[in-house]
Amino acid sequence: MATATAHHENSNYLNHEKGLWSWLTTLDHKRIGLLYFITVALFFLVGGIFALLIRTELYSVGETIMTAEQYARVMTYHGAVMVFLVIIPGIPAFLGNFFLPIQIGAKDVAFPRLNLLSWYCLLLGAGIALTSLFFGGADTGWTFYTPYSIKHSPAVICMALGVFVAGFSSILTGLNFVVTTHKLRAPGMTMNRIPLFVWALYSTAIIQVLATPVLGITVLLLAAENIFGIGFFDPALGGDPVLFQHFFWFYSHPAVYIMILPAFGVISELITTFARKTIFGYTAIAYSSLAIAAVSFFVWGHHMFVSGQSEFAGIVFSFLTMLVGVPTAIKLFNWMATLYKGSINLSAPMLYALGFMFLFTIGGVTGIFLATIATDVHFHDTYFVVAHFHYVMVGGTLMSIMGRDLLLVPENVWSSLQRCLGTCFIRVHLRWLQRHVLSAVYSWIAGHAPSLLRLPA
Amino acid sequence: MSFKPLVLLSLLLPGVAGASTFMPPAATVTAGEVDSIYAFLLITSLVSFIILIGGMIFFVFKYKRKSATDKTAYITHDHTLEFVWSFIPFLIFMFVFAWGWKIYHDMRHSPEGALEVHVMAKKWDWRFLYKNGKEVTSSLNDKGQKEPATMVVPVGKPVKLIMASEKISAGSTDPMDRPVLHSFFLPAARIKQDVVPGRYTTMWFQLDQPGDYWVFCTEFCGSGHSAMKARISAVPMADFEKWLAAEGSGEMSLADKGRALYSSKACAGCHSADGTRVVGPSFKASWGKSRDVEGGGKVTVDENYVRESILNPNAKVAAGYPAGVMPTFAGQLSDDDVKALIEFIKTLK
Ligand code: HEM
Ligand SMILES: [Cu+2]
Repeated sequence: MATATAHHENSNYLNHEKGLWSWLTTLDHKRIGLLYFITVALFFLVGGIFALLIRTELYSVGETIMTAEQYARVMTYHGAVMVFLVIIPGIPAFLGNFFLPIQIGAKDVAFPRLNLLSWYCLLLGAGIALTSLFFGGADTGWTFYTPYSIKHSPAVICMALGVFVAGFSSILTGLNFVVTTHKLRAPGMTMNRIPLFVWALYSTAIIQVLATPVLGITVLLLAAENIFGIGFFDPALGGDPVLFQHFFWFYSHPAVYIMILPAFGVISELITTFARKTIFGYTAIAYSSLAIAAVSFFVWGHHMFVSGQSEFAGIVFSFLTMLVGVPTAIKLFNWMATLYKGSINLSAPMLYALGFMFLFTIGGVTGIFLATIATDVHFHDTYFVVAHFHYVMVGGTLMSIMGRDLLLVPENVWSSLQRCLGTCFIRVHLRWLQRHVLSAVYSWIAGHAPSLLRLPA
Repeated sequence: MSFKPLVLLSLLLPGVAGASTFMPPAATVTAGEVDSIYAFLLITSLVSFIILIGGMIFFVFKYKRKSATDKTAYITHDHTLEFVWSFIPFLIFMFVFAWGWKIYHDMRHSPEGALEVHVMAKKWDWRFLYKNGKEVTSSLNDKGQKEPATMVVPVGKPVKLIMASEKISAGSTDPMDRPVLHSFFLPAARIKQDVVPGRYTTMWFQLDQPGDYWVFCTEFCGSGHSAMKARISAVPMADFEKWLAAEGSGEMSLADKGRALYSSKACAGCHSADGTRVVGPSFKASWGKSRDVEGGGKVTVDENYVRESILNPNAKVAAGYPAGVMPTFAGQLSDDDVKALIEFIKTLK
């Protein structure tokens, strides 16, 4: 009798079943969350290795450790792995799975089996995508622009199919979260009372369900063109190369909000927790997430101002992009106001949250430089854009993931981290600032190149 | 109250001067305008950043936790404040949107009478073709290094580029040798335009200072992408004309070549050059006109329409003319032949 109770008290999701098999077949949302954590952490390492290879190659002018062909591949895998396998599943699939049911008082997500299936989709998709490395690797960049990507190469086909399968992971997770949020809230927990993290996941889930199928169709068309030579995008076969860009960004712009909305949710929680305050402007933050999700579907053309799209389209897309800037600004002001008259504990997770605000603000304002057509024509496809999205994706999403993850480990682990964080933070910042300055300096050098570098004039 | 705008302005002016030093030298009027809006964005961003992050840092120090029993305020929202910090950014965004639009409009519309040059991009080189038939390509210098192609243009005169993407070797039947996307980037003019396979794209600029300017490809196009450069040399008009007429200029102007093709490829059998109606529409005075299309809609007779009509005649059929009569000339005319025909039609005023 006594042992039975003791067993009951110590039993939790980690130890109530044992063995690898119990993990691989688990339907428990917390375990599935951890499975995602392990996979995402692994891919983060893979993407990071590619990043280090890029930096090493760029250490000196000309060939340092690899050829131009290899560099193009390394760059492609860095981008594709980080975007599709790290930043997109990072928060919803791991933190979302773990906390969504807990935060709304549900036993689990609505469809636990679908939840496990979505993890296998990610694994399978990633496996297929990375198999392309054995076929020489894809060198198209993470955007797979046609016609360059139409080369009847098994590497591109693997990449496309891998992204297709991994996309289902995102769709199924989104579907699960939408239903869970609507149907499994505890009695009395109305939509206007759910935590902001749930609002963020919910808005994200809507985008995942509506936008990801478009990506699936696009990469499928790309694969079909590569395998069967059907002319969707190749002008020689009557296709339109710019159509691919429309399809791709119709997914990939909303996808940047799949990447950042959950991070907004995390930051709202970290700031309120460590300032011991209620969030300032709950309604504004909750509904601005929904507003962002809605408007994000109508701005994709801001990636295509110089693609040959009409002047009218460019103007409309510039206007709509400006509109997305407003809810984003609102959130930043709300977080700042939340700090007012709080009791701020500068522990490591909070440092990440403050670091997020610092870096994401830079990412946000540079977004406005790019939304303004006249300046974007100059900055498009330069290091300025690279800097912009690293500020938001690393300075934003990744900072929030790291800050939130720290809360899952015992406090004494992160208190030692706290001391070195200050310096880490400055380093992260310098890295991407350098890129912004670099873009300006680079184009400046470009103007002066003949005299500066003594190029043949 | 009233001196606040002045303070802002005095902040702005050195900002404008400072910001332009981050940019390459501005060689066109448009570039100067882009630098102004860039400076404005930089200053407003800096101010917003200081408000937001300055506020954050200030609060962090002021309200740092003193003890575990600190009292905190219970504040849920403030409609006035929230309105202010939504509306002011909104106004700023609308302002830069409208300003950006104005500049962009100028970028997209070339002035009348611009000097037109055909630009061809391929993996990984640029080629320029002038109307008198003069062609400029990259070359090898005596050390065996590649010298990028140099396009010579007159200072102070608008230049319009008609750009196309082509195969590595013209007429190649290798399925892997397909035209891909490139992008023509002239930092000194702050302009950039993708070069898209299967159609013409255009851009224009007017360099106001003599000098040499670099052109880069800014759309990833393979391993030679970063070395895919060209140069633009802006010289006084007289020098330009001398250069254009000097050796190396084509034996035949594009329009004359087009006229020859017009007869030899039997275009003349169906399309008159003097306005009489034969089988198809006459070429005379057709350039730049708006034309009704069979099945509704209108199309402007421009480079893309003429190109499409030659290669895929039934895509848009002029209203009142029979469909399915004109054969396609795809495979019979080279890309340069099509350009010559276009130039010929342009001359039939
Ligand atoms: C205030 C909010 C934002 C605005 C106004 C904005 C605006 C823009 C614009 C106009 C571009 C196109 C630039 C070009 O290609 O020339 C762009 C690129 C990009 N942005 Fe943002 N952005 C914002 C926030 C974000 C966020 C939150 C993320 C992701 C977490 C993000 C990720 C990206 C990515 C990945 C690209 C470009 C990718 C590529 O071309 O390869 N942005 N942004
Ligand atoms: Cu976007």
